[in-house]
Amino acid sequence: MTSLALSPACCGPGAAALALAETPTLTAGPAVDPAAFVRRETDGICRLDLMAENIHCADCIRKIEGALRAFPAVTAARVNLSGRRVAVAWRDGEVEPMRLVEAVTRLGYPVAPFDPALLDERTKAADRELLRCLAVAGFAAGNVMLLSISVWSGGSDMDAATRDLFHWLSALIAMPAVAYAGRPFFRSAVAALKARSLNMDVPISLGVILAASASLMETMHGGLHVYFDASVTLLFFLLCGRYLDRQARAKARSAAEHLLALTAVGATVIEPDGRRRSLPVAELLPGMILAAAAGDRIAADGLVASGSSDVDNSLLTGESLPVAVAPGASVHAGALNLSAPLEVRVTAAGENTFLAGIARLMALAEQGRARYVRIADRAARLYAPVVHILAASTFLGWLLFSTAGFHGALMAAVAVLIITCPCALALAVPVVQVVASGLLLRRGILVKSADALERLAQADSIVFDKTGTLTEGTPRLVDGGAIPAEGLRRAAALAEASRHPLAQALAAAFEGPRPKATDVVETPGAGLSGTVEGRRLSLGSRAFCGIADRSASDDRMEIWLHEQGSVPTRFVFADRPRADARATIDMLKRRGYRISLLSGDREAVAARIAGELGIEDWRAGCLPADKVAVIESMAAARRKVLMVGDGLNDAPALAAGFVSMSPATASAVSQTAADFLFQGRLLAPVAFALAVARGTERLVRQNFALAVIYNLGAVPIAIAGLATPLIAAAAMSSSSLLVTLNALRLKRLGA
Amino acid sequence: MTALLYLVPAALFLGLLGLGAFLWALKSGQFEDLDGAAERILIDEDEPDSAAADQAKVRPTR
Repeated sequence: MTSLALSPACCGPGAAALALAETPTLTAGPAVDPAAFVRRETDGICRLDLMAENIHCADCIRKIEGALRAFPAVTAARVNLSGRRVAVAWRDGEVEPMRLVEAVTRLGYPVAPFDPALLDERTKAADRELLRCLAVAGFAAGNVMLLSISVWSGGSDMDAATRDLFHWLSALIAMPAVAYAGRPFFRSAVAALKARSLNMDVPISLGVILAASASLMETMHGGLHVYFDASVTLLFFLLCGRYLDRQARAKARSAAEHLLALTAVGATVIEPDGRRRSLPVAELLPGMILAAAAGDRIAADGLVASGSSDVDNSLLTGESLPVAVAPGASVHAGALNLSAPLEVRVTAAGENTFLAGIARLMALAEQGRARYVRIADRAARLYAPVVHILAASTFLGWLLFSTAGFHGALMAAVAVLIITCPCALALAVPVVQVVASGLLLRRGILVKSADALERLAQADSIVFDKTGTLTEGTPRLVDGGAIPAEGLRRAAALAEASRHPLAQALAAAFEGPRPKATDVVETPGAGLSGTVEGRRLSLGSRAFCGIADRSASDDRMEIWLHEQGSVPTRFVFADRPRADARATIDMLKRRGYRISLLSGDREAVAARIAGELGIEDWRAGCLPADKVAVIESMAAARRKVLMVGDGLNDAPALAAGFVSMSPATASAVSQTAADFLFQGRLLAPVAFALAVARGTERLVRQNFALAVIYNLGAVPIAIAGLATPLIAAAAMSSSSLLVTLNALRLKRLGA
Repeated sequence: MTALLYLVPAALFLGLLGLGAFLWALKSGQFEDLDGAAERILIDEDEPDSAAADQAKVRPTR
């Protein structure tokens, strides 16, 4: 699918900015009526939140806010650049919300209304809580460390009274800070214990709580060693890791949500009295009449009630040619209406729709993936019992075989818990993943789920869909060179008037100035006629141009140009592979991946593309269930399949694959199902993501190894009772630093 | 050692001041749109109803 979105005359997307402009989510077609999303408040102020495309820079902010504030009724307009959203407020009744939406759309920023309450209220609250905890832990860590260093460097010069004062001050700061900033870990640990399992948060919580309370006891007894600094610094490091982890994923998730919200805007329903209103798709009922303008996606399964047009089913079936529909024809949700407005009577809702069928297949297919256990959790299941047994035996050992008594034994056990507290281990995975997600994001690849990178690293086979995945999904003129330039110029001028993909391809094939076509009449499903430079032209199917000649008839996409008094010209089109498809596939083969092609298209088309790209294993005419069956048979043969696809018909296969990717031009359902989204016209992101995933896994394993080596060195010191707070602090910080620095080496992959 | 009597409270007070400022900034929505904040300094604001005034009006919906 090409982007039909208007491009505003502004800065291009920066290198770091995500080039969302290439997504076809909103077209230049009529704007959606936002009335259903307006929130009225008691003081007579209306508020509306919009998602917008193409916002990149300060100038965009200024233009949009300026256009909205130009309405006298608008009391406030604010663009949020990070989320690419616009919030606008106005006095009720003084301006139609539709006018506001149109004002922004006219500037070249397609917008879609959304309900902010549904989107991210919960994750936002959690993010803020984490930041507050981080701030409190940071404050406490800094101040307690200040006091601790005084005690350590004061050494024997410091009298006992001053030392006790400093310990009490540390306790005063550390105890509330641990209670406040430790909550994210305590909650997660309790949840894990309730589910009768262990995660990293169990040893973390136990270590922090024991260290703080044992130190408090020490302080009361005027003891020498307290571990307040260790417990708060530990929390600070761990919260840093957790916050970074969330941020990297939140960024990718919000970009994905943004794409989805733009595609899943409501349907326009025509009421019996002729009024139009927008309804969320979920509230559609059989019997309702939907309006689908040219360029809109049809929101539900139904029969055409009036109008005739061409419908592009490529996201549904993989079929690359549009189909002509007339009253009585059936259309499916997700199809793109191309040439003329349609009214569709909804026939199916709930369980009976094509979409619901896809959803059922997806739910079945997804069950296999739920069994995957993240590498960090697997490590925690091994690590946590070892640590707890070690600490317990240290305690018992000191109690039974020494004169240190209960108190000394407890302090040794606490030192073991602090030293082994999996600070480096807890940072080992998130830091690498943050670096990896950032690397991928800069190349326009979004990582949607937390464990996606781990699964991608293990993939050994790749299954591609054809239309829109291996190919660009849009037809291109094949024999442009053989056609006289004059004819091409006039045909391009006429073709510009249509939204039919073949006409668009023809218009794009001619570069340079062209005349304007007048008196253009489009006959849906047939062709266009109009006047260019005084000549009467017809452009369209063989029958439309009145051509009896059947000689050159084959399976290829074609349009004919008929000009009065001259020989008709034939334009042949083909859906071309992405420019780097062959090179990428060859590279993936060299790296040892097994490549397959599963297409819903006709045999001849699939065979040609497979031959062109050198894929030996291919199947054509696949239904959604066939694709799932093929992938499941591969999984049964112990192969880990990466599924790459874009269509609604691929969605179940995407869910069935061990891991999955979709182009950002994919259908909304596929984008939800896929683990990764990639943007742009090239296939290279697939290979890049695979390389980054393997690099990520290698670094994660190295980090685990580093953490284990550190423990092997430090634990004997702790068991021997020699780990003073100073040694604990130094060991902990240096191991965390080492792991973080090691993770940064991943950046070299992107250079 | 008497210097500690006012140095320690002074250090803690300054630290708390920083913590309070951060929590206030977080609460008042200054971390909502970091990219936007970076770009907005490039906008010439000669119009009287500036963006800063609008932020306060739009935000309370959350």
